[in-house]
Amino acid sequence: MSLTLESVNLTYPDGDSRLTALDDVSLHVSAGEFIAVTGPSGSGKSSLLAVAGTLIAPDSGRVEIAGVDAGPLSSAARDRLRLESIGFVFQQANLLASLTALDQLLLVADLSGDDKAAARTRASELLERVGLADKAHRRPARLSGGERQRVNVARALMGSPALLLVDEPTSALDRDRGEAIVTLLAEVTREQNLATLMVTHDLAHVHLTDRVVHVHDGRLVDAPEPVPAA
Amino acid sequence: MFIAIRDLRFARGRFALIGAVIALMTFLVVMLSGLTAGLGSASISAVRDLPVDSIAFAKPAAGQAVSFTGSALPADTVGQLAAVPGVTAAHPLGVATTQLENGDAAAAVTVIGTDPGLLPPLTAGRTPAAGQIAVAGALTKDAHVHVGDTVTLGGTRFTVSATVEDTSFSHMPTVYTSVDTWRQIAHTDTITAVGLTGTPTHDVPGVTVVSKSAAFGAVGGYSAEQGSLNLIRLLLVAVSVLVVGSFFTVWTMQRAGDLAVVRAIGGSRRYLLRDALGQALLIMVLGAGVGAGLAAVLGLLAANVVPFTLSAATLALPMVVMIVAGLVGAAASTRRISTIDPLTALGASR
Repeated sequence: MSLTLESVNLTYPDGDSRLTALDDVSLHVSAGEFIAVTGPSGSGKSSLLAVAGTLIAPDSGRVEIAGVDAGPLSSAARDRLRLESIGFVFQQANLLASLTALDQLLLVADLSGDDKAAARTRASELLERVGLADKAHRRPARLSGGERQRVNVARALMGSPALLLVDEPTSALDRDRGEAIVTLLAEVTREQNLATLMVTHDLAHVHLTDRVVHVHDGRLVDAPEPVPAA
Repeated sequence: MFIAIRDLRFARGRFALIGAVIALMTFLVVMLSGLTAGLGSASISAVRDLPVDSIAFAKPAAGQAVSFTGSALPADTVGQLAAVPGVTAAHPLGVATTQLENGDAAAAVTVIGTDPGLLPPLTAGRTPAAGQIAVAGALTKDAHVHVGDTVTLGGTRFTVSATVEDTSFSHMPTVYTSVDTWRQIAHTDTITAVGLTGTPTHDVPGVTVVSKSAAFGAVGGYSAEQGSLNLIRLLLVAVSVLVVGSFFTVWTMQRAGDLAVVRAIGGSRRYLLRDALGQALLIMVLGAGVGAGLAAVLGLLAANVVPFTLSAATLALPMVVMIVAGLVGAAASTRRISTIDPLTALGASR
């Protein structure tokens, strides 16, 4: 398993009491599997993604990523685990304003201390894979929303992760561009044998995934029927 | 420095502005350092260049500090001090201010009467004999005095037997002569102080011995002058810490979202701190370098009209102090970096 959540519970302080964000959540995502997590706002989707990405530690339960139990890890070790095993695709505009498309990818290599020449080659290949080879030297301000999201995907793949965590990738895109991004995610999941977990409130593209998981009040429930492809 | 270098290229205007501010502050600190050293030299170089370890003054009144103007010792104090164990040599020092007249030219001078061995190196002529004087190099320009001239000091005429390397006392060029001749000029039977080599192990009644560097404070106005200038320099450095600290604090706040993304994709706190401090160091070195360079050029030009000393102590040291001060200010802003929460990279909170 590339991602395993077992009996995960997460609460947040809420005045004098605590608000339950995740309630006994168990989920397994295998290599090569693309799972969509849907649910209304405040249902716990983002909390699920944060726990799976080791950005927040659960109150109880087990989180295993690429065979590593994240529970006992120190903060620095969790940083290293994210760098080496997890790729994040954030909502649009989560690119660094001062970096070109190529630099967004090379940053990951710099964080890892990878060989510069090899990193440049891989970054160029990834930008070509997402269709942005000719815009490698553009900063985010000179890219369209769809192009920015493609850079986001390429950056997430730069560290050769085992797990891809995707946060609302279509929230700022029109239907066609959203479809293109989710299609790209489905393709790279299979090409690179990734375990991909995509949080989305948009049911229009979940037909491209292998499985849909629905979150309601912090619990996993049966998924509703996805919207058929247009 | 991966992000730092790209930030510098991206936000050229903002970094040019803070770089210019740092350059200006460094320029001011270096100029002030050069002036402080120059004024200090004009005030105490005659004392600083004496080949002695300490100076004995008449014991001042309670609550008062030793001073050249307030000190008068009997001539036999030299012998008493020479006999104290630990003292290897004692030399009389007479210090008096008077007017030097050379034809139509005139200048206020400090006349120092002492043994020939305590004179600065001669640049022309011979060591003055009785009734002769040696003058500091500045007087050749200020009063057109040359070896062989006859000048008037305190109403008495003396022959200039030598010129010596430039020294001054209390912002006046110096004139050196023997103690006997000095007494004639100062109209006194006493001497002002005694220069000592070695370290006296016993006190002599009525005498206070201070180190040579402590004796700088005995020159009228020196401590107040240096204290005021040093306070201004200190304030400039403090302002620099605040300015640089404020800039990097705002800069860090502006890119908090970017930093959260870097943390989320696995960037460590140490990576971000190193990057931020490296960026600050680069800005400080460039800004301080430009400022110090400009100050050095202007200082060299200004040295013709104002007392300005350009040296490693007045150029490199203030530059290093400014760089360190800037880094202290920048380091204060890095506290925010260490508290960046990578969780904020997720969701619509950005």
